[in-house]
Amino acid sequence: MATTTTAEPTRRDFIYIATGSVAAVGAAAAAWPLIDQMNPSSAVLALASVEIDLAPIAVGQAVTFKFRGHPLFVRRRTAKEIAEAAAVAVSDLPDPLARNENLPDDAPATAANREIKAEWLVVSGVCTHLGCTPTAFEGDYRGWLCHCHGSMYDTAGRIRKGPAPQNLAIPTYSFLSDTRIKVG
Amino acid sequence: MRFALPLGLIFGLALSAPGLAAVGDQAPLKKMDWSFEGPLGTFNRADLQHGFQVYKEVCSACHSLNRVAFHTLSEEGGPSFTSAQMKAIAAGYKVLAGPNDKGETVDDKGNPLTRPGAPADTFPPPFANEDAARSANGGALPPDLSIIEKARAGGPDYVYSLITGFGQKPPAGFKVTEGKYYNPYFIGWDIAMPPPLSDGQVTFVDGAPNKIADEAKAVVTFLAWTSEPHLEDRHRIGVGVMAFLIVLSGLLYLSYRRVWKDAH
Amino acid sequence: MSGPSTYVPKTEFTRWLDSRLPLLRFTHDTVLTFPTPRNLNFWYAFGAILTFFLGVQIVTGIVLAMHYVPNANMAFDSVENIMRDVNYGWMLRYMHENGASMFFLAVYVHMFRGLYYGSYKAPREILWILGVIIYFLMVLTAFMGYVLPWGQMSFWAATVITNLFSSLDQVIPHLGSIIATWLWGDFAVGDATLNRFFSLHYLLPFVIAAVVGLHIWALHVPGNNNPLGIDVKGPQDSLPFHPYYTAKDAFYVGLFAILFAVLVFFLPEYVGNPDNNIPANPLVTPTDIVPEWYLLPFYAMLRSIPQKLIGVLVLAGAILTLAFIPWLDTSRVRSNRFRPLMKQFFWVFVADCILLGYLGDQSADAVWHIGGTDVPLVWFARLGTAYYYAFFWVLMPVVGLLETPRALPDSIAKSVLAPAE
Repeated sequence: MATTTTAEPTRRDFIYIATGSVAAVGAAAAAWPLIDQMNPSSAVLALASVEIDLAPIAVGQAVTFKFRGHPLFVRRRTAKEIAEAAAVAVSDLPDPLARNENLPDDAPATAANREIKAEWLVVSGVCTHLGCTPTAFEGDYRGWLCHCHGSMYDTAGRIRKGPAPQNLAIPTYSFLSDTRIKVG
Repeated sequence: MRFALPLGLIFGLALSAPGLAAVGDQAPLKKMDWSFEGPLGTFNRADLQHGFQVYKEVCSACHSLNRVAFHTLSEEGGPSFTSAQMKAIAAGYKVLAGPNDKGETVDDKGNPLTRPGAPADTFPPPFANEDAARSANGGALPPDLSIIEKARAGGPDYVYSLITGFGQKPPAGFKVTEGKYYNPYFIGWDIAMPPPLSDGQVTFVDGAPNKIADEAKAVVTFLAWTSEPHLEDRHRIGVGVMAFLIVLSGLLYLSYRRVWKDAH
Repeated sequence: MSGPSTYVPKTEFTRWLDSRLPLLRFTHDTVLTFPTPRNLNFWYAFGAILTFFLGVQIVTGIVLAMHYVPNANMAFDSVENIMRDVNYGWMLRYMHENGASMFFLAVYVHMFRGLYYGSYKAPREILWILGVIIYFLMVLTAFMGYVLPWGQMSFWAATVITNLFSSLDQVIPHLGSIIATWLWGDFAVGDATLNRFFSLHYLLPFVIAAVVGLHIWALHVPGNNNPLGIDVKGPQDSLPFHPYYTAKDAFYVGLFAILFAVLVFFLPEYVGNPDNNIPANPLVTPTDIVPEWYLLPFYAMLRSIPQKLIGVLVLAGAILTLAFIPWLDTSRVRSNRFRPLMKQFFWVFVADCILLGYLGDQSADAVWHIGGTDVPLVWFARLGTAYYYAFFWVLMPVVGLLETPRALPDSIAKSVLAPAE
């Protein structure tokens, strides 16, 4: 078998390097659809936002909706509940952060930072301890009580007592009109 | 010479004519030039929006479009309505609602509960089920149109020929079944669907021409999109992939020649 | 013959690994240095092309299985979900669907290559038989795969083919019906059938991969055949597989990838049947039930026999016949390059297979108008089937004995280095 003493090693290697590089780029480009197909499909993404009609919800009522597969609490608060939430100092809270996707990560958990319109509280219904769904109007603070391990949330959905480490999360939402919100 | 025998066999057979056309055979389809055909084809946006209007005002009375979700109307590669227009279109439809707080799925009169459509919903069908559809159409079932152009040989040419193929005189001796219509593009020649289009039937919002041919062209384009919403992606990516593979094959060829240069 | 291993691990790590699991040595010996005849042509690239497409089918199949639902009520919708909503789902589906066609195109070329160059002859009989087994597994896999979208053609092709078993009732009463019911899991093709077909469709490609491993092992015992059909006589007749044949095969795989891309991106539904875009309806039979193109020749053979049981036996026999080829061919010469008479019959055989494929696609009652009369195509299918069987059972034994082959070259090296032949 002939072996060439290469007079032009650079030229011979170049074609192999060029071919290998182009093939590698192609392999990466081919790999992308194989990876991306696991990302949420457009049918799933179409359900990524929900619009909720607030008109049927009475003052003092809390309704649970399904949002991205999890419960979402929408509560029309009474004046008393709003006042109770506003009266608490952030330094008294186990979790001082607002946990509000509409605000920066370091925003403090003031009552104002937990709402857009004071009358309406929109929070995720997933207990931040281990994921159970808390029950409304129960517990020492008359916000929510999680029956699984006793976490108690107040009327702004903030953790006050119990093992849960964080306030209930507030998803991205906005008011499309006085009686309609879009969540997600 | 050594190919004479097999080639002669193939050619001889190929040149023999098939049997004569029989009653009920499909007439040769009208061959149209569609903007979306060919390797670089794209959908004409105006045709898509007009076609949607034709579907909505004419076809949807009998034909469902079960697999098309409202949100696709505003996505790339389709009719490209704005997000607001798409939501308005969706909200204009009533879709079946889930059980209410009492767990009921029908109202006091026994009608199913409905709610306005949302982007995630698909077009609601005109009939609740197959039996209702057949009962309303003399026993015939109007097919769902979501993939109709992939589900028929001839695709867009077939649908176009069919919906513009009414009004001809049947050949002598052919009796059209009671309640059906003669259409030479439909296999069997008598179709339960009445002629769906007429001149000026749909008034396009931008005042575009609306003779039967225009309405047909629009709805066929729209249904080509519902059958293949990713057609434009497919063509675009295909061109890129072909270019890449041709370059790569060229490089692979040069590498192969370089490797083999010293072999002999 | 590859002889003793020449692999020498060069680093600490590779020495350590080699003494525990000689994987790199194995790769070196079978893929890198394996001596391969220096005169292999284009037709020998199809092993690599097949490996590429097996990989494509497995990879696209696994990702499609992440979205497909094997339930009769949801299968068609899940495929539409893949086509419309899954990111790049349309591309993956079209790659899998057209990849199957490419896979079969390549396997037919590969098989015809084997027939032409006598690659099935001693000492490669087991290699050939393993290939027939792989082909049979491919046919099963493709058949079951076609049922999965649960379109009209999926359902009715499954019904027609599984119903063939009921013809066994003529051999042993009730046997065929028992087998058919067992296959279906029901009284007809239905959800139970779909679920088990999905399970087996996922399994068989890995069985194919294992048999491919055996196939390559069986190949590596005697080494590759070559277009001259004469044995490798020494190192001057061969080249190491890498880089010579890795480079050559890569180029041909690239060309086939171009053809594949043309189908996937510009003609995705060309080889398919429009009826399969209609959801399965057990109450409505399509006008013409046809399988995919790669099964058409066998379909033509099946339909050419009016008696159901005989038709089934002719169909089964057509594939089973392939396993006997190493013993049917009596020629002392391997390659058709040196067999002037057999070569002609070979090309007629190729034309016959193409003709049978064409006939399989026509209506059962189609006719050709020849010289003023309407000749039913089924007669041509019978002729074609007769030639198919005659090629193996009559021509292979007889022509090998009667024909005078041309003089073989002395060696591969001589033939390659002195091309003025």
